[in-house]
Amino acid sequence: MTTSKAAARPGIIWAAPAVLFFAAFGILPVFAVVYLSFTKWNGLGDPVWTGLSNWAALADDSELFNGIGKTLLLTVVSWVGQTPLALLIGVWAAGTQRSRAVLSTLFFLPLLLSTAAISVTFVSLLDPNFGLAADYGKYLGVPDGNFLGSPEKALYVIAFVIAWQFVPFHTLLYQSATRQIPVSLYEAAQLDGATGVRQFFSITLPQLRNTIIASSVLILVGSLTYFEMILLMTNGGPGTATRVLPLHMYIKGFVGFDMGYASVLAVVLVTLGTALSVVVVRLTGYHRMTSDREGA
Amino acid sequence: MSLDLARRPAHRSRSVPPPSAGPRRRGRPNFPAGIAATVWLLIVAVPVYFVVITGFRSQDQYIEQGPLDLPTSPTLDNFTSLFDLGFTRFLTNSLVVAFGTVALVLAVALPAAYAIVRNPSRSVRSMFNVFLLGLAVPAQAVIVPIYLIITRLQLYDTLLAIILPTAAFSLPIAIVVLTSTLRDIPGELYEAMTVDGATPARVFGRLVLPLSRPGLVSVGIFVGLGAWNGFLFPLVLTQSQDQRVLPLGLWNFQSQYGTNVPGLMAAVVLSALPVLALYLFGRRHLLSGLAAGFGK
Repeated sequence: MTTSKAAARPGIIWAAPAVLFFAAFGILPVFAVVYLSFTKWNGLGDPVWTGLSNWAALADDSELFNGIGKTLLLTVVSWVGQTPLALLIGVWAAGTQRSRAVLSTLFFLPLLLSTAAISVTFVSLLDPNFGLAADYGKYLGVPDGNFLGSPEKALYVIAFVIAWQFVPFHTLLYQSATRQIPVSLYEAAQLDGATGVRQFFSITLPQLRNTIIASSVLILVGSLTYFEMILLMTNGGPGTATRVLPLHMYIKGFVGFDMGYASVLAVVLVTLGTALSVVVVRLTGYHRMTSDREGA
Repeated sequence: MSLDLARRPAHRSRSVPPPSAGPRRRGRPNFPAGIAATVWLLIVAVPVYFVVITGFRSQDQYIEQGPLDLPTSPTLDNFTSLFDLGFTRFLTNSLVVAFGTVALVLAVALPAAYAIVRNPSRSVRSMFNVFLLGLAVPAQAVIVPIYLIITRLQLYDTLLAIILPTAAFSLPIAIVVLTSTLRDIPGELYEAMTVDGATPARVFGRLVLPLSRPGLVSVGIFVGLGAWNGFLFPLVLTQSQDQRVLPLGLWNFQSQYGTNVPGLMAAVVLSALPVLALYLFGRRHLLSGLAAGFGK
């Protein structure tokens, strides 16, 4: 019995293609980027080992602190803006009324559009001469309609467009998590005479704890590395007002062809992202909770 | 199934309380959420409306009329002129990339998920953990080594250069979703086939493949969407107009003919049409796939 069962189990060979493929394009690059950070390479020819010189160059990079500052600002603004919005809308959309189902279809529309489509759309919308911004900017306190051209506003405008793209995704997470909250909890609370607000804070929020953490980690780590939209909308400008660290990395590597230094910046980004998610997970006890559940 | 049926009526009573539940139960937690949802709905709808109506407007009208006015004489000229600009080629390339990526991911991910679910050995478990860790590797951070690998494989500026890394970075989520689909197949079914002396290949063909269809559809839609919309890999790994995909085509259009906003918006519509069709057809699969992948 046991032998025939063992014989019928799929061997490790079934997983081998996926593992090898992922190793080549997902795992190897993580090690290669560390290696490349110790080399000089212009994108052609072979990387040449130069030891710590790229790392030493970090100290001379006048854009570095600006880049880190802009990245952290964008990360914080994204988290503060997207989390409550996605949470509220997700809980609301978890209802099953027909109107909500129809509206939800619209909400999730941005999920379908590419970063490129969203970026070129908003650049056109925010055009200070012919776009929506020209006509309606005055109602938002920007009479000249120049949103992306203003060093003070550009990063916040980008954060808004990033939210436009990603809030639907996080809404979806909250919606499906809210639907999994046992109804009995609400019924019990209702018997005890808890108000709706009280139910939201005493049942819904604590029950969504894991989702809030997961969504937050995705936003935080995502904001650290996402740069395509900024490249498309402002290319880091005006000046260096939106030149976040990952965009700085891209420009150094693929515009300036200093791949070694770009790799240094990539390692910095990965380290920051990993550290940030470990801190969030540890602080919130998320790791302990999930492993408890797995053990049970 | 029965669980789902049991939950649904009770769930509805929570979100649409009967009149007897009284106003206290009803609105309060939903009220701020309802406002947030309405405001966000407008924020989502206005740009989408702008894209669609502008795509049907002539360029003269765009400059003369307000950006949100309905076009007085809608035209299809913007769409027909896209074909002169090479968009047929971009469309074909995007289709090749999307289908190629989906085929590759499904072909290696399903056997791997089968091994992970049915083979309890330590080595297979650790492979699963590698994929779980892989969820956290941002593509932007390893774009330099991926460029190195692709140029070393002599694949630079080919569609395969886009497909390979896109598929690799879709693998972790595909395997997580498919693993959870396969875990839902009752163990008795596997054992019944095993008792009859079926080989793993036979179990795979007769049991795993047919029963994992919902998971395959969800993963296929999700991965295909990501490949269709991807910008980073095409940006860095291709160059010539022949290998250009739609998102790059949009960007290029904007930098070359930036003032032709109606043409650009027509291109945005064109790039989103296949996805919209897919969404209408497979909305449930897409959303449940997304939620299953990240919600757990």
